[in-house]
Amino acid sequence: MTYTLLQEYWWFLVSLLAGLFVFLTFVQGANTMIFSLAGNEEERQMIVNSTGRKWELTFTTLVTFGGAFFASFPLFYSTSFGGAYWVWMLILFSFILQAVAYEFQSKPGNVFGTAVYRRFLLINGICGPLLVGIAVGTFFNGAEFVVNHDAMGDGLTISTWTGCAHGLEAVLQPWNLVLGFAIVMLSRTLGALYLQNNLNDEAMQERLRRAVFANALPFLVFFLAFAGRLLTTQGWAVDEQGVVSLEDYKYLHNFLEMPLVLLLFLIGVVGVLAGLFMSLVKKSRCGIWPAGAGTTLTVLSLFLIAGWNNTCYYPSLTDMQSSLHLANSCSSEFTLYAMTLVSILIPFVLAYIIWAWRSLDVPGITRKEMAQTDHKY
Amino acid sequence: MNELLFLSRFQFALTACYHWLFVPLTLGLGIVMSVMETLYVRSGDDFWKRTAQFWQKLFGINFAVGVATGIILEFEFGTNWSNYSWFVGDIFGAPLAIEGILAFFMESTFIALMFFGWGKISKSAHLASTWLTVIGATISAWWILVANSWMQHPVGMEFNPATVRNEMLDFFAVAFSPTAVIKFSHTVLSGWMTGAVFVIAVSCWYLLKGRNLEMAKRSIKVAAIVGLIGSLGCMGAGDASGVDIAKHQPMKLAAAEGLQKGSCEAPFSIVPGIEIPHMLSFLATHDFNGFVPGIEDITRSGYTSHQGEVVLSGEEKIAEGKLALEAFKRYRQFRNSDPACANQALADFNAHKAYFGYGYLDSSEALVPNVPVVYWSFRLMIALGCFVVLIFLLSLWLAYRKQLEKFPLFHYAALLALPCVYIAGQCGWIVAEVGRQPWAIQGLLPVNAGLSSLDATNVMATTIIFALIFTALLVAEIRIMTRAIKDHHA
Repeated sequence: MTYTLLQEYWWFLVSLLAGLFVFLTFVQGANTMIFSLAGNEEERQMIVNSTGRKWELTFTTLVTFGGAFFASFPLFYSTSFGGAYWVWMLILFSFILQAVAYEFQSKPGNVFGTAVYRRFLLINGICGPLLVGIAVGTFFNGAEFVVNHDAMGDGLTISTWTGCAHGLEAVLQPWNLVLGFAIVMLSRTLGALYLQNNLNDEAMQERLRRAVFANALPFLVFFLAFAGRLLTTQGWAVDEQGVVSLEDYKYLHNFLEMPLVLLLFLIGVVGVLAGLFMSLVKKSRCGIWPAGAGTTLTVLSLFLIAGWNNTCYYPSLTDMQSSLHLANSCSSEFTLYAMTLVSILIPFVLAYIIWAWRSLDVPGITRKEMAQTDHKY
Repeated sequence: MNELLFLSRFQFALTACYHWLFVPLTLGLGIVMSVMETLYVRSGDDFWKRTAQFWQKLFGINFAVGVATGIILEFEFGTNWSNYSWFVGDIFGAPLAIEGILAFFMESTFIALMFFGWGKISKSAHLASTWLTVIGATISAWWILVANSWMQHPVGMEFNPATVRNEMLDFFAVAFSPTAVIKFSHTVLSGWMTGAVFVIAVSCWYLLKGRNLEMAKRSIKVAAIVGLIGSLGCMGAGDASGVDIAKHQPMKLAAAEGLQKGSCEAPFSIVPGIEIPHMLSFLATHDFNGFVPGIEDITRSGYTSHQGEVVLSGEEKIAEGKLALEAFKRYRQFRNSDPACANQALADFNAHKAYFGYGYLDSSEALVPNVPVVYWSFRLMIALGCFVVLIFLLSLWLAYRKQLEKFPLFHYAALLALPCVYIAGQCGWIVAEVGRQPWAIQGLLPVNAGLSSLDATNVMATTIIFALIFTALLVAEIRIMTRAIKDHHA
């Protein structure tokens, strides 16, 4: 494998993790409906226990996404995390609250009471996807930073954020917000689709279907706005010498120059629409599968056009030449190669996750199980 | 010390200390509960199933906060230590990524099966899930300790002035360095001790209350065996660690001993004024007459190590470091404009690069960590550790004599051992991390050159938020845990 291929391979893996993460935010989406969708305590418990058996997968995917990004593109890690400080910190805070909320909420002596822990889940359910969407928005809309390796000679910081709000300014960028809202609504749509599948309960099906519809509509509006703008706007291209320049319709060009990625994108979008169709029209409980796979593929393809084909995946608005692309931000060839060998184990990891998922999900969560089992949140 | 540096260090220390309140119990209690479930599957005795389930419940309460505090540590390298992340990310990131891929998914998948899989999967599949949960946690410890060990003793890499970072040359040297093996053993086995003490203390509380007697007595037996095995291994690894530190971090050892002047007959200080002659020489070199350098040797005069290597003084190293840094700047200045000057600068840099990191320090005094903190933490760790080992021995002896219920004094001692084992663990990390100062990576990058470009007020704000959240969660966890213990009827 050449160095360039290794960089592209690791960008693919990071993108795949991002895609899987967005799919797995059905946990967050479903948690935003604990209070609005459930009619009583029994139903709230069913929702919490349903997402409670999956939340660690979402959480672990996020952590692994961070770890993989650090290992393969450390300059991004040092630039974005150290720069867009508050966005990442707020994401972390919301995920800390989530991590304990499940285990603690129904335990006697939990100090704050069940409702507070469930509100932690609600906060994470909204803030997590919203802020992740905003952070990812900067991949396409740029951020204010300068990278100067010479600074190390004076003991100064190599990557410096020039925005004084340390990431909060990204929250006010309208197109970052559009992506953020799109992901919030998508996670809620996926959450409702997931619950349709996972809760073995007729009484909640109709409400869940309505929730799918109510969330899918705004999602489609936000997503189409974002996608439409993305395909018609400028992007940051990098040439063989590493010189960065603005290019009209860069992301559209990327799709056209990488037809397989375009195909992934189209299959992804069709998958999401098929999931919605199955749920809303066919009244099927299996809409989560095409919608989940579609989400993964769509996000994967969007990340691929952000980083592949000589594109700057983290454009600098302050100094264009500081923009990050695969070649100037990646790890050494040796490190990427060593980690590539480790990545051979990923299919094995996916296999046992699928096995565990299936083992726990048959026959789905029922009111009877909630009433009888000791092992519940 | 400037405010940003202090706060960034404080925040990392706070997160690490909180994280280490939860992780050792996960590692140790995980082993105990897995052994109990194995006993259930082998014997078919429902008693062991109920007992394993009780400890698994406590495991779950503790596990959640460990996960929450763990995620912060990973991201803090980027948020607060931006330069660090680039300067060594090529080496340091890999263990974190591998930890995620190999360990976190294993833990998070199988813990769900462990809690919710009863009755849904076969007995043996459930047992495998329980073991895989704790094995996942242990593999996770392996990789994060590989990363930490690399900070203590960087190997398998070379600095590349063109990319301004260290680049990995030998993955196996990083992943299986003796420092990592020793640190992993010492740390994980101290976790076994923590888990074992926890089980013994809770069981002794039941014995004092005259409740759940059978469960308490049989749990103590399992825990004491796990604890004793952990203790023996932990002590062995601790001894190896002493030799390793003497070789690679002599200042840490000198600080831990408060040794100002080096000697071939270095005594081990029990407390100030009480010493065992030659003992430090033996512990550090496995030779009663081995030379151990003191703080003054390392900072001012230089010395010849036990292995015969001539070591420059701190002052000389800093002078070399300044030359390396100057050459580095020159190289960066001319590398695209004047190849001849750049080559000369590179040659100069290579002549001094071994001390590059020292160039960021102003004086040799900066090389000395906080001696009283390191000195007393070390003593406290050993003293409390010895007390805990005594509890294991007593537990086994009383179990053998079938007299576990008889001595309330023993029960109270076991309860006292619980805070002791936690304090010992915290002290161990204080020795390891405060003793390493001023280095983020030993000899390579001091903490002041690893920071992000942030206003101190931002870090202050997040530190306060962390402190409040973690403290609230800790209080909640302790209350939930004590309530679960009180309410349990075997």
